[in-house]
Amino acid sequence: MSEHTVKAFDEDITRLRGLIAEMGGLAELSIQESLDAMVRGDGELAEGVIKRDKKIDAIESEVDKLAVRIIALRAPMADDLREVIAALKIAGVVERIGDYSKNIAKRVGKIEGRGTFEPLTLLPAMGEIAAEMVHDVLTAYAARDPVLAREVIATDEKVDAFYNSIFRNVVSYMVENPAIISSAAQLLFVARNIERIGDHATNVAEMVHFAATGSYPPDEDGA
Amino acid sequence: MQTHGTFPWSGATLAIVTSLILASATGQFLLAVAVLLVWMGTLWLAHWSPPEVQRIKEVDSYDTSRLSRLIENSGTPILLTDRNRIIVANHMARKILGRHILEQDARVAFRQPEAIALLDARANGRARIRGLARRRDVWLLNRQQLDDDLAVIELLNQTAEEDISRAHTDFVANASHELRTPLASIIGYVETLLEDGPATKPEMRQKFLGTILGEAKRLQNLVSDLMSLSRVEAEKHDRPQESVRLRPLVEQAARDAAGIDRVSRLELRLDDVPPVLGDPRQLEQLVRNLVDNALKYGKPDQPVTVELLENAAGEAAISVTDRGDGIAPEHIPHLTRRFYRTDPGRSRASGGTGLGLAIVKHIVERHAGRLDIASQRGEGSTFTVRIPRQQDDTPPA
Repeated sequence: MSEHTVKAFDEDITRLRGLIAEMGGLAELSIQESLDAMVRGDGELAEGVIKRDKKIDAIESEVDKLAVRIIALRAPMADDLREVIAALKIAGVVERIGDYSKNIAKRVGKIEGRGTFEPLTLLPAMGEIAAEMVHDVLTAYAARDPVLAREVIATDEKVDAFYNSIFRNVVSYMVENPAIISSAAQLLFVARNIERIGDHATNVAEMVHFAATGSYPPDEDGA
Repeated sequence: MQTHGTFPWSGATLAIVTSLILASATGQFLLAVAVLLVWMGTLWLAHWSPPEVQRIKEVDSYDTSRLSRLIENSGTPILLTDRNRIIVANHMARKILGRHILEQDARVAFRQPEAIALLDARANGRARIRGLARRRDVWLLNRQQLDDDLAVIELLNQTAEEDISRAHTDFVANASHELRTPLASIIGYVETLLEDGPATKPEMRQKFLGTILGEAKRLQNLVSDLMSLSRVEAEKHDRPQESVRLRPLVEQAARDAAGIDRVSRLELRLDDVPPVLGDPRQLEQLVRNLVDNALKYGKPDQPVTVELLENAAGEAAISVTDRGDGIAPEHIPHLTRRFYRTDPGRSRASGGTGLGLAIVKHIVERHAGRLDIASQRGEGSTFTVRIPRQQDDTPPA
C-alpha cells in the first residue's frame, strides 16, 4: 500500500493490523491448546485457554474502537476503507474462533474414561487441519494474499468431510457403548466446534480476499 | 583523564588579575584568595569534565541504511524495528516472513503470544515461538534494544533440533515393536527346530524354514525402508539442487516397481513437463513406492494409471490411480504416519512395512511439494504429488 500524506493514518492502519495479528496469534494458540487439553485431559491447560479468551475479547473491543475512530477522523476511501471494514469484521470472526476454543476447553472435564475412549483419537487430526486453516488465513491477511485466501477456502471441504466421518464414527460408538453416551455427545459438540472454526476461517479468508481485491471470491462449490 | 583543547590561559590570567585587584582594592586578602579559588575551580571543571558531546553523537550514529547494508546478506534472518514497526528486514527475513512485513507492525510478522509479550515489554530477551513460516517450525527470537526506539530482532531456526529429538523418541517407540515381531517368530521357530533336532518331520522342517525365511525377508525390507527413511529425514532441511527431467524418470521407476510380471497392468500417460529441482534417486523411490502400493492394493486384474502433467499452477503433478477397494475417509489423514495400517493383517500378508507412504511424504516435503490422497470406496484411490517448477531463488517482488 502506498504511503499516505497523513502520516498518522498510516500509523493507525499499522496498529490496526498489528492488533488483528495479535488476536489471531492468541486464537491460534487457543485452538491448539484446547485440543491438547481435550486429548490429555489437562484441566490446567484448559483453564489457561478459558482465561485467554478474555484477552481476545479485550483486543476485539480495542479493534472496534480504533476502527470507528479511523473512520470518524480520517474518512478513508477505496482500499483504505475496505481495509478498515475488513479489519472490523475479521476481529469479530476471530473472536468467535476464540469462543469456540473456549467452549472446547470447557468440555475437557466432562469426558470420562479417556484412556479407552476411542473416538477421542480422531479429533487431533481434524483440529490440525482447522488450526492450519487459521494459521494460513492469518498469513494471507498479513501478506494481503488473495491466492492463499482462496486456498484456505478450498481446505474447508476437508474439515467438513472430517466432521461427517467423526459424526458417523461417534454415533456408531454410542450405539455400541451406551454407558458413555454423555461423553460421546460432548465429543460431538467438540467436533462441531472445530467444524465451525473451519467455517469461520473461511469467512476470514473471504474478507481477506475482499480487502485485497475489492470483490468476494467466487463460490467454487456452489454452496 | 585527557585534556581537550588547550588550557584556558586567558581565563586563568583574568582570574588572577581580578583577584589581585580585589586584594589591593579592599585589602581583604582572604576574600581575594577565595574568589580566585572558586574561579579557577570552575575553569578546571569546565575544562576537564567528561566529554558529553561524544555520547550523544554515538546514539545518533545508528544510521539505518548502513545497518541494513551490514545485515542484508547475513544467513540469519535479522530485522530492525523502530518502536515495534519493522523498518529493515534482511534478505533471509524477507524470504522467510515475506516482503509484506516491511513497514508493518512487528506483531503482523510475529503474532505468537510469547513473541508479542517480548515486543510489548520493549526489553532485551529471547522467546521460543512455533509456527512462524510453516505451522510446525520452531524459532528462537532474540530481541535486543539499541536505543529508546530501535531494536534488533534476530531469528534462529530450531526446527531441526526439535525434529531430531522427536524423531528419536518416535523411532524407539515404533521401530522396536516392528522389529521385534518378526524376530520373535524367527527365534521361536529356530528354537523349535533345535529342540526337536532330527526328530522333526521333513515337511514340518520345510514349513518352519519357509516361515523363517519369510520373516527374515520382512526384517530385511523393514531395515532397508528404515534406512531410506532416515536418509530422507537427514537431508530434509536442505533443498535438492539438481535439475530433474521427470518424464523418463517416472517411466523407468514405474516399470521397475511393476517388474516383469505386473508391467502389463501399467497404464502410462506421461506429458513432457518443465524440469524440477529434485533429488533423482528420491523421486524414483517416491514413484516406486506409489506404484508398488497401487499394484498391491488395486484389484489384481485391473490396471494402474500413472499420469504426469503440468497443472494450472505450473507445478509438475504425478498421480497414481488404482482400481481397488478404496480407503475409508477416516484413515486418509493418518496414511502417511509411520507404521500406520488400515488393515494390519492384509498389509503384513502382502509384505508391506508400513513405511512406504511415510517415505513418500518425507520426500515430497523435502521437495517443497504436496501430497494429496483422494479415494472412493469401492472404486479406487488416487495419490497425487505436486512438485513446484524450478525457479531462481529470489523471492517474488
